[in-house]
Amino acid sequence: MDWDRLYAFGAILPSVILLGIFVYGFIGETVYWSLTSWRGVELNPTKAYIGIQNYKDLFTAFGSIEPKFRLGIVNTFFFTAFFLVGCLTLGFLLAVLLDQNIKSEGIFRTIFLFPMALSFAVTGTIWRWLFNPGGGINALPTVVGADPLTFKWLNNRSAFTFNWHEVPWPITAIIMLGLLAYFAMQVSRRNYLKAIFFGVPMVLIFAWVAADFATWDPARKDELMHGLFQWSTMLDVIAAVIVILFCLGTIQALWHSSRTAIWLGVPTMLLVLWYFTGGPDSLPKLDIPEAESPYGFNMALIALIIAAVWQLSGYTMAMYLAGIRGVSDELREAARVDGCNEVQVYTKIILPLLRPITLSAAIVLGHISLKIFDLIFAMVGPDFLPTTVPGVQVYSMFRSNEFAKGSAIAVVLLMMVAIIIIPYLATQLRGEHEV
Amino acid sequence: MTRRLVTLAIALALILVVVAPTLAQDDLSGQLEIFSWWAGDEGPALEALIAEYNTLHPNVEVNNATVTGGSGVNAKAVLKTRMLGGDAPDSFQVHAGQELIGTWVVADRMEDLTFLFEQEGWMDVFPQGLLDLISTDEGIWSVPVNIHRSNVMWYVPANLEQWGVEAPATWDDFLAICPTLQDQDITPLSVGENWTMIHLWESVAVSQLGTDGWNALWTGEKSWLDDDVVATWDLFGQILDCSNADEDAATLSWQQATDKVVNGEAAFNVMGDWAAGYMMTTLGLEPETGFGWVASPGTAGTFIMLSDSFGLPIGAPDRDNAIAWLQLLGSNEGQDIFNPLKGSIAARLDSDLSLYSVYSQSAAADWQADTIVGSLQHGAAANESFMGEFPTVMELFLGARNSQAAANASQVVCIQSRICEG
Repeated sequence: MDWDRLYAFGAILPSVILLGIFVYGFIGETVYWSLTSWRGVELNPTKAYIGIQNYKDLFTAFGSIEPKFRLGIVNTFFFTAFFLVGCLTLGFLLAVLLDQNIKSEGIFRTIFLFPMALSFAVTGTIWRWLFNPGGGINALPTVVGADPLTFKWLNNRSAFTFNWHEVPWPITAIIMLGLLAYFAMQVSRRNYLKAIFFGVPMVLIFAWVAADFATWDPARKDELMHGLFQWSTMLDVIAAVIVILFCLGTIQALWHSSRTAIWLGVPTMLLVLWYFTGGPDSLPKLDIPEAESPYGFNMALIALIIAAVWQLSGYTMAMYLAGIRGVSDELREAARVDGCNEVQVYTKIILPLLRPITLSAAIVLGHISLKIFDLIFAMVGPDFLPTTVPGVQVYSMFRSNEFAKGSAIAVVLLMMVAIIIIPYLATQLRGEHEV
Repeated sequence: MTRRLVTLAIALALILVVVAPTLAQDDLSGQLEIFSWWAGDEGPALEALIAEYNTLHPNVEVNNATVTGGSGVNAKAVLKTRMLGGDAPDSFQVHAGQELIGTWVVADRMEDLTFLFEQEGWMDVFPQGLLDLISTDEGIWSVPVNIHRSNVMWYVPANLEQWGVEAPATWDDFLAICPTLQDQDITPLSVGENWTMIHLWESVAVSQLGTDGWNALWTGEKSWLDDDVVATWDLFGQILDCSNADEDAATLSWQQATDKVVNGEAAFNVMGDWAAGYMMTTLGLEPETGFGWVASPGTAGTFIMLSDSFGLPIGAPDRDNAIAWLQLLGSNEGQDIFNPLKGSIAARLDSDLSLYSVYSQSAAADWQADTIVGSLQHGAAANESFMGEFPTVMELFLGARNSQAAANASQVVCIQSRICEG
């Protein structure tokens, strides 16, 4: 124990203590509350320990809050997916455009970055005006003399529920044949790893189509998302996903003949064994009545996604632009000499090199969109059902003095964010040590 | 120059120190912290009250802790945090009725004010219907400062004449003139975001269930599954078909919904009488010529009220000063200073009507004569737990337009908020 270490330890001790109390202590407190029956604001409230009942309720019960929570999870999933894809593609395209040695690049860079300087509350308020069905964006075509648009944006209460029955069967067949052809092509080229990784989603789509046709009931045409996910089978789905992830990880480790394969392979084999010997049947079945409304993509989310992408695609652009500037000109020249055209330079050379940036951007954007609250609060208020998300529900639980249920939702939200953030932090820390 | 100023200031300060105690024959001193959400348009009314308090009790330093945000959205959250953290203000603004009783009174955090009501003779000057709403068997819990009316239908007289319709007396009348208006591309009824829908719904429900049925819903004597409650949802759906609910309602504030009536896009709008203040002060319209009003269809003779009131939390640091504050609020002077500026009417039956606007005078006349019931949306009828979840019920109905499903969901909310027996 030398002075230097002691000094270093003393220097970080205050922040360790403060973080321990004000972050982790409070998270622990919230987790504890979520296991109690706390509601109401009595001086000495009853906080009886009731185990995981609140969580069970959230995923199975039919109170006034619980179906809303399940809808919120689905909304978050769709919002996050489209928001990520939108920001990354738009950000990359803007970065590529700025990379073309244009005049006054600085001005454009600033303009694209400006939205990020606003808070979501401001963005939300302004876009709320723009999305007013009677004016704003819908009135744009009238500038050139055309009829105004009639899309209802945020006022749209319809949901897009998709099942394969709505797709004409020839098109379904073409899609599936196309997938198969691509798979076969990879196999024939001996890209076995690629083939396996492509094969998994392909099998999932095939399973979905099959399940849809197997469960089709013409009488309930519009009521169920056929064959797709239902809450009652949620634990099954989660188990399957875990097994698949372990398998893929093991395959990749074997492929690269790294040592990870050994200590990843054993649990993987056990998991596969468990899964195929009736393991999922031992999982508790969530008792969901058939009365659950269908889950789909709520059209009102489109407006939210546009506003969110507008706000953060500039940030993604800045990250990509920094990355593109870091790619040496020699590489590009070499590629051009080898016969690449301009598009291929970006897709084949630069984009693969920017993978770490894509990952970082996806992590940052992903955790923003999972806990989105202010944008939705500003655009449609806390009570609009088609765009409800867990972040807003924590607020409304606090409003109704349902502290235990609100804490449970907050903990679920924390876990969702942790699933994204923790692996990222782990790799980052490991990276620092290796340097 | 500066030296002169300093000398002057010191001299003044000395004079004040010597003279002030002789000026005020008042034994109150120290601090008074009032917590409210009156800012912006309502700020001046509160300032006037505080100024009056300062002249009465010059030794008390009033600390005006205002948290902005319409109908107290943010203030309620801050208040909750402070109360749970054991840092109660001396007196705080709260909607009179269940919003206070269902949250803070059942939690044993408020003082009973019966002694004050008896000492000041308020039992006789407030209408019985109001006293019923702010009391429980254990006591009276807050001093109502102002009264707003929720069930008012607004219109522009000149426009109605032009379109050849009259203000409807019942919802059936409204549904009858609805096609006439729609044929002329006029929205018969303008509505806004979720809470304005609930605001409209309470007017519809009172017209269908009557005052007794409405009150029975909140005592748990009446089930939400009863046929007449389900029928209320049916009627509400028909009314929404005559509105802009499916077009742009979800993103309109109440002001924007009122604007639609003023600028001739819509014929009617049901909103509380703060809309009168908005149209007179902000839009500069004259009552009776620029805009007209009538009790919302089927509720003539009923006054759906909401009231801002102040209570006395247990453990208020400056209890005596807070009681003096409540005395001022309940007095004729206090109410007549505050309400003309706020655009509301006094809760007392003996206020000086000459100070009020034409609209407020008509509302005050109804306040004296009508049956009084509490508003759901504005905290008088139901506790916060119910109010927090009812918007979801409304959303379910707006999405699916299924009356039975809405009734079932309301019953669930009613049981969860412990109004009904489960």
